[in-house]
Amino acid sequence: MQYDHVVCAFCGCLCDDIGVTVEEGQITQTKNTCVLGKAWFMEHGKPQDLPVARINGQPASLEEGINAAAEILADAHYPMLYGLSSTSCEAQRQVIALAEILGGSIDCCTSVCHGPSGMAVQGVGEPTCSLGEVKNRADLLIYWGSNPAESHPRHMAHYAVTQKGMFIPNGRKDRTVVMVDVRRSLSARAADIVIIIKPGKDYEVLWALRALILGHKIEADSLASTGVTLEQLTDLADRMKKCKFGVIFVGQGLTQSRGKFMNTTAAFLLVRDMNKTNKFALIPMRGHGNVTGIDNVMAWQTGYPFGVNFSMGYPRFNPGEFTIVDVLSRGEADALLSVASDPVASLPSTARRRINEIPVIAIDTHESETTRIAKVAFTTTTAGIGAEGTAYRMDNIPLHLSKVLPSPFPSDEELFVRLISRVKELTS
Amino acid sequence: MAERKLILITGRSTHQGVGISSGKGLEEYQAATTVLQLNAADMERFGFKNEDIVRLKTSFGSATVKCNSADLPEGLAFIAFGPTINQLVGGDTQSSGMPDSKGFEIELELVSD
Repeated sequence: MQYDHVVCAFCGCLCDDIGVTVEEGQITQTKNTCVLGKAWFMEHGKPQDLPVARINGQPASLEEGINAAAEILADAHYPMLYGLSSTSCEAQRQVIALAEILGGSIDCCTSVCHGPSGMAVQGVGEPTCSLGEVKNRADLLIYWGSNPAESHPRHMAHYAVTQKGMFIPNGRKDRTVVMVDVRRSLSARAADIVIIIKPGKDYEVLWALRALILGHKIEADSLASTGVTLEQLTDLADRMKKCKFGVIFVGQGLTQSRGKFMNTTAAFLLVRDMNKTNKFALIPMRGHGNVTGIDNVMAWQTGYPFGVNFSMGYPRFNPGEFTIVDVLSRGEADALLSVASDPVASLPSTARRRINEIPVIAIDTHESETTRIAKVAFTTTTAGIGAEGTAYRMDNIPLHLSKVLPSPFPSDEELFVRLISRVKELTS
Repeated sequence: MAERKLILITGRSTHQGVGISSGKGLEEYQAATTVLQLNAADMERFGFKNEDIVRLKTSFGSATVKCNSADLPEGLAFIAFGPTINQLVGGDTQSSGMPDSKGFEIELELVSD
């Protein structure tokens, strides 16, 4: 069976031109995928030799697993629900409902990837555009703190750098590509201009660039600690003012470095300034396939994109208080529900220590360090391979995820409908 | 002896990204997330050679990895995201939710060559 125009849900690009060949119940070939997308389809398209549920590492039925998980959650004083960046919006909606019923905290992978970009959006607004506009209009592309060649391998070819567009008839020749980073990454090969800055100096460079754009004079010496020269910044400012449609793609180089949300706020303000004279936009380079989706679903369900607590009976948002690293590092949560994520592998050691002290329920499509230590682990099918659903691309465009394989496992959405029902029975 | 301190940047790499799907327990993923890249001048200053095993330390923990020279500015080291290097990251997010995953100081020592 051949499927065309399938969406790849590995990364935030959500490339929607993928071809998938299915033979004898497994994916045998893909077309148009990057190396990351191919691995995602091929590995998730293999039969999984895992039980649908495990309790203390022993195989269990789905019903037994749901009972055990519901008891943990119903007994917890402060359950923490986390992950959700690699599942469908339909499942995300169910998990948020569960967090509200439990009066716990819910956080997503956003808090450890682009949470600071979300905070900048709240502070100063989001001057954005779609990737379609990038393809058809953008003649100046600035990747800041991002290495798309390795994190989003088709971003430059499918949406941005080499694509020909409606007003970019010659593709690459009509665009100027700038890489701003602390190192010369593989992506630098695709750039016309590479600007290397000192680690932790993004805020200073962005603020200086804002000043130049707004017509202020800067002393060359004031940039000495940044590793960037006044000539480099003046040249970039000139290019930004002369372009027809510029876009800054912001990576984790900004969000995970000193300054964090101040870095992203400076970038958003720079783009806001640019729009006084010409068209400019900013798009965060979102990592996981539906991490943009969980921000959207959390925002429409609770009013906030991540780090939400329901202990007062209504949603409260506070990064640093209700976010996963902080809750676990302070030793606060007494149960963890992990959905489509691997916090044992991906969080700092201080958070992992708390994970090892509390009962963990892990729901994932494959074995992970978190499912291995979980008191209750479920195997579910992958949204976009074994189940349909909705995911949001990094530019906040929702796309339909297809089902291309039958699966013996439930979808995350199906599992959570049943889990919520059982939790309600126990807590009513 | 020269002070063996560098600023560490963690980030994505192609092999690390593939390993997310193919399995973090596999050798490819382990190899992808346990190789520290350094500037050649820093390696010479520290007395390190390619493939040497080095221990990285912060106030939060330590990790043992292989080192190799790469096209990086002096004073900067890079390693792909992964469970090994997360042992060096602390839980203070400065009220942002985001730990300091990039741009923190590490101390290095040679374990074996």
